[in-house]
Amino acid sequence: METKNIEEKSQTIEKKPLEKVCIICAKGSIEDVYATLVMANGAVMEGIETNVFFTFFGLDGITKKSMNHLHTATTGNPAMKMPGGLPFPTMLGGLPGVESAVSGMMRKQMEELDIPPVDEFLEMITAGGGTIYACKLAVDMFKLKQEDLSDEVDSIITIGQFYELCDGDRTQIIFT
Amino acid sequence: MSVKTIAGLELNVSDEGYLEDMTQWNEEIANEIANEIGIELTPKHFEVLNFLRKKTEAKEPLTIRGVGKSGIVNIKELYALFPKGPLKFSSKIAGIPKPTSCI
Repeated sequence: METKNIEEKSQTIEKKPLEKVCIICAKGSIEDVYATLVMANGAVMEGIETNVFFTFFGLDGITKKSMNHLHTATTGNPAMKMPGGLPFPTMLGGLPGVESAVSGMMRKQMEELDIPPVDEFLEMITAGGGTIYACKLAVDMFKLKQEDLSDEVDSIITIGQFYELCDGDRTQIIFT
Repeated sequence: MSVKTIAGLELNVSDEGYLEDMTQWNEEIANEIANEIGIELTPKHFEVLNFLRKKTEAKEPLTIRGVGKSGIVNIKELYALFPKGPLKFSSKIAGIPKPTSCI
């Protein structure tokens, strides 16, 4: 009943398509960085202006050394499954080599679905007009320099500057 | 689904204007759909359109990455040909269904 009411209501309101998305990535696991990249690329493909801001551990996703070797958590991750669907024992996740094997498997499966490696994904986003930024505070904290970052990174900016880029009444900020 | 007259032909199209039957497509139809979107087609456009149609006929999934690796255009050039809709607009003009790909 509730759903129906919402539908009726939305039909009477004029559609206002999204014009800009500003996505913030603060975590550096495969799934966090890819969630950001898929959403950013998807927005660019839809013709939506796109700004992406990488901060804290999210910087791993745009740091040359680490971006194509991201990892996933095999311990403390309740969604982890064994191949075949059985639950993944946390004890197993702590064994040497298990995490890199699982992360490698994830990357392989993504490649099969034509999901590109991180460096290429960043290129796809900027090719379509999206802009990638790094957080100044986090870059200083991790003692990184612009040359340590992917060439696709436009610049290192403060969060205040990023908010300035988020103007417009059809803009959404997404935090992954 | 609705019927729309494009290039003098009555064609079945989806609610968003994608051709229901890709075999009805011809270059005139492409030009008319492109005009509606605001794109003027060049031979390079048609190379991309034919590539997309071939892929669709072979039931292979479409991604902009795939187009970028086709040797016809790179991704930046694809965006330049079909601004703000590299896969969405190109598919519509190519007379194939709306792409379901996220990449």
